[in-house]
Amino acid sequence: MSETVLAPVSAGIDGPSGPKPKRRFSRRNIFVYGTLIIVALYYLLPLYVMIVTSLKGMPEIRLGNIFSPPMEITFEPWVKAWAKACTGLNCDGLSRGFWNSVVITVPSVILSIAIASVNGYALANWRFKGADVFFTILIFGAFIPYQVMIYPIVIILREIGLYGKLPGLVLVHTIFGMPILTLLFRNYFTSIPEELFKAARVDGAGFWGIYFKIMLPMSLPIFVVAMILQITGIWNDFLFGVIYTKPDTYPMTVQLNNIVNSVQGVKEYNVNMAATILTGLVPLIVYFVSGKLFVRGIAAGAVKG
Amino acid sequence: MLTGKAQDGVMTTQERPNQLFRNISAKIAALPMIATALVVFLGGTLWTIFYSFTNSKLLPRLKFVGLDQYERLWTTNRWLISIENLLIYGVLSLIFSLVIGFVLAALLDQKIRFENTFRTILLYPFALSFVVTGLVWQWVLNPDFGIQKVLRDMGWTSLEFDPLYNPEIVIYGILIAGLWQGTGLIMCLMLAGLRGIDEDIWKAARVDGIPMWKTYLFIIIPMMRGVFITTLVIIASGIVRIYDLVVAQTSGGPGIASEVPAKYVYDAMFTKQNLAQGFAGSTMMLLSVLIILIPWAYLEFGGRKRV
Amino acid sequence: MKISKTLLACSSAFALSTAASATDLEVTHWWTSGGEAAAVAEFAKAFNESGNKWIDGAIAGSGGTARPIMISRITGGDPMGATQFNHGRQAEELVEAGLMQDLTELAEKEKWAEIVKPKSLLDSCTLDGKIYCVPVNIHSWQWIWLSHKAYADAGVDVPSNWNEFVASAPALKKAGKVPLAMGNQSWQSKGAFDVLIIAIGGIDLWKKIYIEKDGATARSEGLAKVFAEVSEARKLSEGSNVQDWNLATNMVITGKAGGQIMGDWAQGEFQIAKQVAGKDYTCLPGLGVNEIISTGGDAFYFPKLNDPEKTKAQFKLASVMMSKQAQVAFNLKKGSLPVRGDVDLASANDCMRKGLDILAKGNILPDSNQTFSPDSQGQIEDLMVEFWKDTSITAKDAQERFAKIIDTAE
Repeated sequence: MSETVLAPVSAGIDGPSGPKPKRRFSRRNIFVYGTLIIVALYYLLPLYVMIVTSLKGMPEIRLGNIFSPPMEITFEPWVKAWAKACTGLNCDGLSRGFWNSVVITVPSVILSIAIASVNGYALANWRFKGADVFFTILIFGAFIPYQVMIYPIVIILREIGLYGKLPGLVLVHTIFGMPILTLLFRNYFTSIPEELFKAARVDGAGFWGIYFKIMLPMSLPIFVVAMILQITGIWNDFLFGVIYTKPDTYPMTVQLNNIVNSVQGVKEYNVNMAATILTGLVPLIVYFVSGKLFVRGIAAGAVKG
Repeated sequence: MLTGKAQDGVMTTQERPNQLFRNISAKIAALPMIATALVVFLGGTLWTIFYSFTNSKLLPRLKFVGLDQYERLWTTNRWLISIENLLIYGVLSLIFSLVIGFVLAALLDQKIRFENTFRTILLYPFALSFVVTGLVWQWVLNPDFGIQKVLRDMGWTSLEFDPLYNPEIVIYGILIAGLWQGTGLIMCLMLAGLRGIDEDIWKAARVDGIPMWKTYLFIIIPMMRGVFITTLVIIASGIVRIYDLVVAQTSGGPGIASEVPAKYVYDAMFTKQNLAQGFAGSTMMLLSVLIILIPWAYLEFGGRKRV
Repeated sequence: MKISKTLLACSSAFALSTAASATDLEVTHWWTSGGEAAAVAEFAKAFNESGNKWIDGAIAGSGGTARPIMISRITGGDPMGATQFNHGRQAEELVEAGLMQDLTELAEKEKWAEIVKPKSLLDSCTLDGKIYCVPVNIHSWQWIWLSHKAYADAGVDVPSNWNEFVASAPALKKAGKVPLAMGNQSWQSKGAFDVLIIAIGGIDLWKKIYIEKDGATARSEGLAKVFAEVSEARKLSEGSNVQDWNLATNMVITGKAGGQIMGDWAQGEFQIAKQVAGKDYTCLPGLGVNEIISTGGDAFYFPKLNDPEKTKAQFKLASVMMSKQAQVAFNLKKGSLPVRGDVDLASANDCMRKGLDILAKGNILPDSNQTFSPDSQGQIEDLMVEFWKDTSITAKDAQERFAKIIDTAE
């Protein structure tokens, strides 16, 4: 750690391609790092508050300010949030929501990505008459507030007999994930060189042949992006989760809402914060682990095309 | 994305022989999409518009009342406030998201050290739901515990900083939280766009002695048209749909000062048990989406003719 | 080894057999505050003792959050076993659409018509002569809860009516208290307003507006007085930065606020906090002016189910909820009054006694949930929460807007 933050950066092959700062302690470097550090602090502040608060006891919260570090660290709020917090008669905290969330998220992510990738592929490489129209309607769907669609969806699910069942919920997530995902996949597939596609056609490969043999192996970055977006979106969903499930199958977000809004006497901010972090943990880990791939995938899916 | 370039492949595809046969397999593969577009998005929208002319209460009923629902909608204070809030929030959120997102991306693109760390910090809020975002900021902005109390304890005893409890500025309190959650993604998109710019352009600009800010403003940004359009779609769709954040942060309060249209619709449909009134609100929202979308569709598909 | 295995097999077989006879019934409600949860546990206990199983489907965040979910599930064809609604017209259309179980037979067998008191409670459950819900409690809105600690800190006597309360407010403010605690949810604003109509404008004024829906009365001088009073009262509530009603109640319990206008469900919170009526807090029905109570409350509806076992369990639950024992246990915890006239609440505290006395005298009003559609209610709520929180709206403007809603109310 002998190097300072402001040490010159060696130009890596993979590195960024912006303008090159050459001077060491230039005013510009100070400006760049200064700004970034201040902004980073602003972004970290709420996370800091959440963590600090979740480790305090209630008396300390009432007295102190929210930014002061805990005088006495307690994990009681975490235990309570996970296993003991009550909603109505159920006093088992977030724990039973966790597995439900997994059961809802995994099939929804797989199905929505499978369908959207095929859509994007068909739109990008096998355009048929009317494709533009359907695609425009789909993008229109990206703007529709979910609340507006609850009633039609209830009726559709009722008519096909899937209301209140897991496949129904998976279907809803697939439908509402489709616009943005299709957009990303379509853009990605159009950025793949046309020659590859043509060569495969000459070799006699069909629709599915090209999809599985040529497109899929080249598409890791965009699949990563789609997975991150879907895992985050579906894991964080509250509205569909609460309307299309039952108490036994409530996802974690519904439990979170229940814990946060079931005030028994005083509002237990520490438990609320612990519950909040616990609920956000899965998407957060996904982001922290795959941050680099995300940017690369976004670059491929959102920018080109 | 979304530029004319995308269509090169398309034209050639359509010129190939055996088009009909191939189209069938593609169409079959695209069936889920076609069904979703037609049944859910188009069908649901038409259904909603249709029933907005009825007087449906808790359950859809076919008793038509003409434009009554719309008349009531536009004479209801809460709806007007919702629209006003959406406009304020929308314009500011659009401007700040683009500016902050771009500036941060440009800073990160300066070949800095710890780029990964900074990027992760800026992006992590996007992993959190709006419900969580709202809760955290409600807490930070709470006058009795949060920033106001800290500043007062530090000596500014007369300082007022209670955006969530002041009807005049509550929408800005929501904006702070919304930007915190969303700018990371915008920054990422912009960064990806900047990385797609050819290094030679920078070299040429430097050789010509053009100042950096000018290079960004007049050369780089116009080259990033695709990214900006993507970003606009993402930001705009987020604005129209804003709901969870408001519910978690203020529940529309104080009073009705931070109400938004999606909340009006939801409350009308379920709390007031007046479906048709909710549908009238939905229809207005969907119309405004069309106003955003038509220029986009024109750019996207109109652009093809130029290729 | 072998023996224990056999024992294990036996016990598991036993467990299976009991599980088979017990029917799970999912019950949705929005009772999640401390007192509410304790009360609902009494119902669950009684139902479980009948050999069935109560699956609790609590949805937190007040009826506004919970009702959309309940309605969606019922109309979506995946209903719960039983669900709470406020007494009145909230479930009207679901009943009309034939989605709810008809309880008439059970009601006749158990002679509900004779035991439910006041009779209006059962009327709200009745459509075309058939009974579709079980009223479980009587809740009245017309109370103010006063903190003895707050008044002691401020060095003034605990008020005995609304006028004294207003007069003592400056002393409370001086002592750093919020005189009137008030949550930010719209139903609280409307509730407090309605209570003030009765206290200031009188009972007849209330009836003219909320029963006869008379627009002229809504524009009258009498109501103008009420609006003027509320426009002063809203300044007393400044500084109560809370959303939920029970957080506002908590301000009274801890002595941060002088009082709160809230229904008798607040009682449950005082009880959980181990406060004693008359010693730690005072309750004034009708704000100490016009002693009268409204007979709103909660009722349970039973959506039609295909499984005959579940239907049986539904009738069982309905019967349990109406039983003497469950009525007493539930209502003591909830702080509400029982719907049966023939039970003895020996352990009722001061405030409940006051309520029971008023009920016995017959000083009752219907709840506006029973006379107004949810739509009209919602419009008034929107107006009231705006009026309470935004001091730039004048009493006159608010009254005119109120009158317009009454004109078109259903």
